Amino acid sequence: MPTRLAFDSVVKEFPGVRALDGVSFTAEGGQVHALMGENGAGKSTLLKILSGAYSPTAGSLEIDGQRHVFPSTAAAIAAGVAVIYQELFLVPEMTVAENLYLGHLPARGGVIKGRQLREDARRQLAWIGEDIDPDTKVSYLPIAQRQLIEIAKALTRGARVIAFDEPTSSLSSREVDRLFTIIRDLRARGHVILYVTHRMDEVFALCDAVTVLRDGRHIKTFDGMAGLTVDDVIRSMVGRDLKNVFNYTPRPHGGPALEVEAVTGPGLTAPASFSVAKGEIVGMFGLVGAGRSELLRLIYGAERRTGGQVRIEGRPLPAAGPRGSIEAGLVLCPEDRKRDGIVPVRSVAENINISARRHHATAGFVLDRGWERANAASHIASLSIKTPSAATQIVYLSGGNQQKVILARWLSENVKVILLDEPTRGIDVGAKSEIYAIIQQLAARGVGVLFVSSELPEVLGLADRILVMRGGALSGALARGEAGESAVLKCALPVSG
Amino acid sequence: MDKNVSKFRVFWDSAGMLLVFAVLFILCSLRVDHFLSAKNMEGLLLSVATTGTIACTMLFCLASGAFDLSVGSVVACAGVVTALVINRTGSITLGIAAGLGLGLLVGLVNGLLIAKAGINALIATLATMQIVRGLGYIVSGGKSVGIVNEGFFVLGNKVVIAIPAGTNPFSHQPEYLNITTPVLVCLACFGLFGFLISRTTFGRNTLALGGNAEAARLAGISIDRLKIMIFSLQGLVAAAAGIVLCSQLTSGQPKTSEGLELEVISACVLGGVSLTGGVGKMSHVVAGVLIMGTVQNAMNLSNVDSFWQYVARGLILLAAVSVDRLKQRGTGR
Repeated sequence: MPTRLAFDSVVKEFPGVRALDGVSFTAEGGQVHALMGENGAGKSTLLKILSGAYSPTAGSLEIDGQRHVFPSTAAAIAAGVAVIYQELFLVPEMTVAENLYLGHLPARGGVIKGRQLREDARRQLAWIGEDIDPDTKVSYLPIAQRQLIEIAKALTRGARVIAFDEPTSSLSSREVDRLFTIIRDLRARGHVILYVTHRMDEVFALCDAVTVLRDGRHIKTFDGMAGLTVDDVIRSMVGRDLKNVFNYTPRPHGGPALEVEAVTGPGLTAPASFSVAKGEIVGMFGLVGAGRSELLRLIYGAERRTGGQVRIEGRPLPAAGPRGSIEAGLVLCPEDRKRDGIVPVRSVAENINISARRHHATAGFVLDRGWERANAASHIASLSIKTPSAATQIVYLSGGNQQKVILARWLSENVKVILLDEPTRGIDVGAKSEIYAIIQQLAARGVGVLFVSSELPEVLGLADRILVMRGGALSGALARGEAGESAVLKCALPVSG
Repeated sequence: MDKNVSKFRVFWDSAGMLLVFAVLFILCSLRVDHFLSAKNMEGLLLSVATTGTIACTMLFCLASGAFDLSVGSVVACAGVVTALVINRTGSITLGIAAGLGLGLLVGLVNGLLIAKAGINALIATLATMQIVRGLGYIVSGGKSVGIVNEGFFVLGNKVVIAIPAGTNPFSHQPEYLNITTPVLVCLACFGLFGFLISRTTFGRNTLALGGNAEAARLAGISIDRLKIMIFSLQGLVAAAAGIVLCSQLTSGQPKTSEGLELEVISACVLGGVSLTGGVGKMSHVVAGVLIMGTVQNAMNLSNVDSFWQYVARGLILLAAVSVDRLKQRGTGR
């Protein structure tokens, strides 16, 4: 009898964010069920609740009529759930057989029964059609084979619900065919297959039903593929009302502020070239892993460029080193504020003054305490940074206020071009619109702005021009007028082949 | 989570341990015989001078999120090298230059290993600690190197200031609390490095490096150069302390100052310098060094068995680290 998986009003809240807002839908066994949505729609959170990595704030799920709220991944495995992530969870220095039975190795009195282990492993491998020696170390195998081992491992644990998280992202087309054959086999056995992907072609080639999530909500489940078009799915993925939080006002643009010419480096698959004019706001859209942050880091010199050139107002920058970029007027607000932006144990004032203070220090190194105080105070006031005092440790501030501190850091410098990597990630709506206002003020002062965002409305609402990245390369450039949601999304979604 | 920086918290963060020292000092004055005598105060100050001097630069190492285990070996080796060069050339200046040069070189190597080769500070300085200790034994042949040129002894023994401290009850001669050069060197370092850590870009950049290295780098701080500077300074200052100690002992001793590095680090951490980096003030160092020295001194005066002194020192360090942990939990990280 086929298995049946149902999500029942699943809610997941993180401090300040409702990642899942009452998601309910059913996936039937004997079907491959696609789970789609933009970045941040809630797909990963849902998978993590399925795998027991997160506990839901409210709601539950049901497997074959039995209600579950998994307190741990072990509980999910015991209930027959397996989630196969993009990064695989195998121990590279152990053998294939050991990996297959990790956590439940056949043993008597603690001593592993080597022969039984090998035979069991061989049987499992044969079932997925793999002729791998069970004694091979996993680290010797290519990624595609490791993925198959991950599937075999799920089966040794008696998995009946198997979820795949973008399984084809690192596979060749022949390997994809192979994977699809195995997935269809699993489907024929009556397992529930959840298939998370951004690839429309895969959805239409493999899946029997599609569920779309958006902003943590269940939008629609298409129960069959008959008559369904790519546009139908895209429309339900993006179709939200754009509120007027941006207050976009056109500005005059000057000469080129930032020129990027054939830049190459780690994370890019093709040389990138584009420019940003003085006073222009350019938005960069793409899916997670499209290489946007990597490109920004290469432009800034946080990572060494292997080729190409970056010019600020016509003057070329050295190949690496944030210091040289800052001197030239190019600054970066990094994506992961906590990891790359703030110095958590230091004060708000310290975090604002960290860079610009060198221009004001006597003899190059003795701090001008008057300037330090005045600069911190004026930015706290002008950006309305909510903090008890300038001496408060920055970790105590909210995400939005931390972001404003980083903006204040760069506003203290003579900025010509500002790179913003996901400037509003994890920030509440009120602070978001304040940050949009600051960005536009900067542009109005003649600063060139390049911002990366995974939120399509943000890109459409704020940018004068939109660049799109896909698979480590620029895949499109659209003017504000001509850029509709589906036009941008079409540039961003992968094409296989 | 208390968002407001309370006045008490600010005071406690910078001067709390100084207060603990003051209480400890008063208790010892009242309860331990001879503690407050001029002779004992002289000994107490002299005993903390070496630790205190080196702790000044260890503050920078710790604030940057690292530490330096090679300082004890540098003290010994710099003393030996200075003694040998003075004996060989007859020049005090050359001897001191050689000792300082050695310290700077060791520090530079530490800095390069950590910043450029990316070797973890524990391993890099553990290695140089043993290498330099070994070199000290090799060049001295394992024996202490007596110095013939008496002019050199001024450095470690000259009484610079004599503070009148009443009269001796038996001889009725006036007594003095003698402040010698090692104590003044230590005080000068407190002043200089206290200024550097709190009032200069060098100090603040060091704290930012320890607080979040990647954020500091992206904010335009040259973190590799900074690490090399910090460790070079540490080597230089440890060598200076070693030369002063050598003058005080009138000989270069290859065996001296074993375990000093841990004493210095414990003193800093006890005073409130964070082991994880990003937090540290000179007031912490001064308090930590004085508390350690006072406890040691009081235990000696009270005839506490030296075996038990080890146990006590370990317990104090443990208490200090627990306080560090509690503080971190306080910041909600």
